[in-house]
Amino acid sequence: MQRIGVFVCWCGSNIAATVDVSAVAEAVKSEPGVVLATDYQYMCSEVGQAKIKDAIKEHGLTGVVICSCSPRMHEATFRKTAAAAGLNPYMVEIANIREQCSWIHKEKDEGTEKAIILAKAAIAKLNLNAPLTAGESPVTKRALVIGGGIAGIQTALDIADAGYEVDIVEKSPTIGGKMAQLDKTFPTLDCAACILTPKMVDAAQHEKIHLYTYSEVEKVSGFVGNFTVDIRKKARNVKEDLCTGCGVCMEKCPSKKAKSEFNMGLNTRSAVYVPFAQAVPNVPVIDHDACIHYKTGKCGLCEKSCPSNAIDFEQQDEIITREYGAIIAATGFNPIPMDDFDEYGYSQNPDVVTSLEFERLMNAAGPTKGVLLRPSDGKHPKTLVFVQCVGSRDTTECGKPYCSKICCMYTAKHAMLVREKYPDTEVYVFYIDVRTPGKNFDEFQRRAVEQYGVNYVKGMVGKVAEEDGVLHVQASDLISGTQMHIDADMVVLAAAIEPDKSARPLATMLTASMDTNDFFTEAHPKLRPVESPTAGVFLSGICQGPKDIPETVAQAGAAASKVIGLLAKDKLTCNPCVAGSDELLCNGCSACQNVCPYGAIEYVEKEINDHGVREMRRVAEVNEAVCQGCGACTVTCPSGAMDLKGFTNKQIMAEVDAICRN
Amino acid sequence: MQAVEKAIKEKARALLADGTVDRVLGWEKGEYCYDNTPAVFTAENLGNLVYNSFCGANLSKYLIAESKKEGRVLALLKPCDTYSFNQLVKEHRIDREKVYVLGIPCHGIADVEKLNVKGVKGIERIAEDGGTLTAQTLYGEKTCEINDVLLERCMACKGPEHMAADDVIEDTAPVELRKHDRFGMVEKLEQMTPDERFEFWRSELSKCIRCNACRNVCPACSCLKCVFDNDASGVAAKANVDTFEENMFHIIRAFHVAGRCTDCGECSRVCPQGIPLHLLNRKFIQDINKNYGEYQAGADDSSAWPLVDYTQEDVEPGAIEGGKN
Repeated sequence: MQRIGVFVCWCGSNIAATVDVSAVAEAVKSEPGVVLATDYQYMCSEVGQAKIKDAIKEHGLTGVVICSCSPRMHEATFRKTAAAAGLNPYMVEIANIREQCSWIHKEKDEGTEKAIILAKAAIAKLNLNAPLTAGESPVTKRALVIGGGIAGIQTALDIADAGYEVDIVEKSPTIGGKMAQLDKTFPTLDCAACILTPKMVDAAQHEKIHLYTYSEVEKVSGFVGNFTVDIRKKARNVKEDLCTGCGVCMEKCPSKKAKSEFNMGLNTRSAVYVPFAQAVPNVPVIDHDACIHYKTGKCGLCEKSCPSNAIDFEQQDEIITREYGAIIAATGFNPIPMDDFDEYGYSQNPDVVTSLEFERLMNAAGPTKGVLLRPSDGKHPKTLVFVQCVGSRDTTECGKPYCSKICCMYTAKHAMLVREKYPDTEVYVFYIDVRTPGKNFDEFQRRAVEQYGVNYVKGMVGKVAEEDGVLHVQASDLISGTQMHIDADMVVLAAAIEPDKSARPLATMLTASMDTNDFFTEAHPKLRPVESPTAGVFLSGICQGPKDIPETVAQAGAAASKVIGLLAKDKLTCNPCVAGSDELLCNGCSACQNVCPYGAIEYVEKEINDHGVREMRRVAEVNEAVCQGCGACTVTCPSGAMDLKGFTNKQIMAEVDAICRN
Repeated sequence: MQAVEKAIKEKARALLADGTVDRVLGWEKGEYCYDNTPAVFTAENLGNLVYNSFCGANLSKYLIAESKKEGRVLALLKPCDTYSFNQLVKEHRIDREKVYVLGIPCHGIADVEKLNVKGVKGIERIAEDGGTLTAQTLYGEKTCEINDVLLERCMACKGPEHMAADDVIEDTAPVELRKHDRFGMVEKLEQMTPDERFEFWRSELSKCIRCNACRNVCPACSCLKCVFDNDASGVAAKANVDTFEENMFHIIRAFHVAGRCTDCGECSRVCPQGIPLHLLNRKFIQDINKNYGEYQAGADDSSAWPLVDYTQEDVEPGAIEGGKN
């Protein structure tokens, strides 16, 4: 029989306000095995932990139940406490009476009743616990960064500077991401290229960093410290080792009508192309959809003109398998499509553009060489209307419920830059709220209004209709309560941003969780903001939530420091809660092997002595060093041969029984 | 079917003679002429082998034990039996090398219950001619069309093709495929209110006498030791506590075979109480088709079945609970 101590935490008023903690302690005193039940204000504090340690020694406890917050929060804390008092750390059970009880109940009676039931379930489970011993696993001292924008580049540089190898996998032909497309950056207005391109070069030249551009992650297996990743290196059809980046192929290419992705489709590029002149690596790729050779089998001008024989039409995709200790998701964002917002006429009118397109129109390396010309007729626009929150803070089907966070600032930037370059223009900004919390941000936006004379109007644009090259903008001014009609030459939409589409399949591969908007979820929104709940997976940049460049860089550095902390270790403590198979019950059906996400299960032919009958059988064997204790195999096994230490079928059944008994 | 029976015997004799196989798994006459029973034959007793519209038993499950023995066994598999065979090969329960599959044609199996309802009772002998059954009964000669007395599973026939076969007896007079909508009743149950549905199943399952025939005949129920027979698992004891134990037994069984059930219909065929057990399985099959794409268990012998396979196109759990995908 166990000797169990039950410790009920008030968590200040977090639990105590909706759960009668002393009633919980009283109610479980007579449960099987319980020799002590008590409550305290903050069980996780030094005093609280001392109470647990003292009780273990004084009452000779063989196990403790802590009724407190989620085990995610403090299970590790209390395991350490128990270990310090000489108890096996796996003889600690947490009854979550906060997140799953006090926080969701309003009535104290209900909260208390549920807390008692949860405590009894934990006690029932603990009665069947056995001490477990953790093993160790090695750490592969290399990190994988997925995404080569500013977030990925910064994370990689920081990890590499600490002396660890880093691979960056970027799906487009160059690193640089969205920041490379930007013109100036707020709030200091330095040019994005000037501060980004040196970092791109640093990343390319760093001896510890390897770039896989035009590549995608195809498969991820393994676990923290020991990931195995298949990277699909798409065929560039240009040999990286031979190409000198001279650009002759692009000049000679007769197919020049493909839309430039980098310039947001505002101009065209050749079929063999680098996205932009400062691309890293400066090695072109061939776009099969646009290339005459792939369409007709003829042409081949690039091949003939290449002075270094780098063109290879036969090149195939390549799968590269690499081992990593940590993986950082830095998959970034895209503006949402504007097609569903009929009121702005984006699809019908070339002079209605998104802010990212506007960046290209203002950029010295853009399609207009930085001269602001409207796309329809190449004339200078005289009146510009900026519309904020297009799809942001929008709970309808076409929008996003969240604030995209960066639009207020870049719109102020755009307005300011237009007024500075072209003082003869009239600029209007329509907004719901102006949100400028950030160092020097509010001052920046005020400068746009006060110094540059930008007309900020609180209200939304209802309709944009084109007539003879003029965009009639109908809007409401909420302050004066009047309707406005503006004849504009251009309308710029601050489109909401959303996570890149590659993020969801990646999250699935990484078994990392996502929220309803497809942003990666943090391990803890406040205390572990750069870690995913999946051990060994870290988050950098907008894939975790909207943020601007300074925040992205700060988070990228934070993620790097967490990765460095992991890679600095030689060994990691394994989870002793691993699966095991009862060979006498195993049918050899392979169902468990199919569901195991870690490849931890192998089948072997083995002589089994089944109550005197000896026969060769095909049975499952679990590699305990690889098993992560997820339990998928235990629920899949039809005969109940698979069981999980620390969460045995019997323990779970005991918990269910304890709950149903009430 | 007499011609087919003759062809089977000839083929079997030849394969036994040239040493390709050591024994034959087929059917022999049972206590009555309409309850043909699985049996193993050698050259000596091969004459007792029968094949007609009363050979319902799916022989694939018997191959688990047969393929463990020395030598090679000739298995007579009707088209729908080959699905179960493949599924068992997939689960490594049958040693494929030790089985010679002879695919045999099938024109549908007669349901004796339906014959009785049609007034064909006290059957002593039955003869078949094309689609017509002629029975000598205690009450004189009676005839009926096989199409009127088919097992429900044969109304929703999977087709004449064998999914696995080393050789096939050709069907010289094929019949038209019957296209009964096998999910019709499932849909009906789905449209009931939860209370009505509960009442339906409670009334059906309360007939259960726990004879275990469904489990014993089911090719997917091939565990060395069933959780219900394993005291240590605690499952049986748990089910017993409930006043409505059969609920648990049949629902747990349906969960255990989900994704592996080929819809062979043996469970319902053997149930002495006439419980439509196949409807539980079909509900799972329908859900799998809906959520993971059309899938027929046992159509091949190697692919991972949807519930243990995982693709990025898999539906999100929210969609299954009726939420947004």
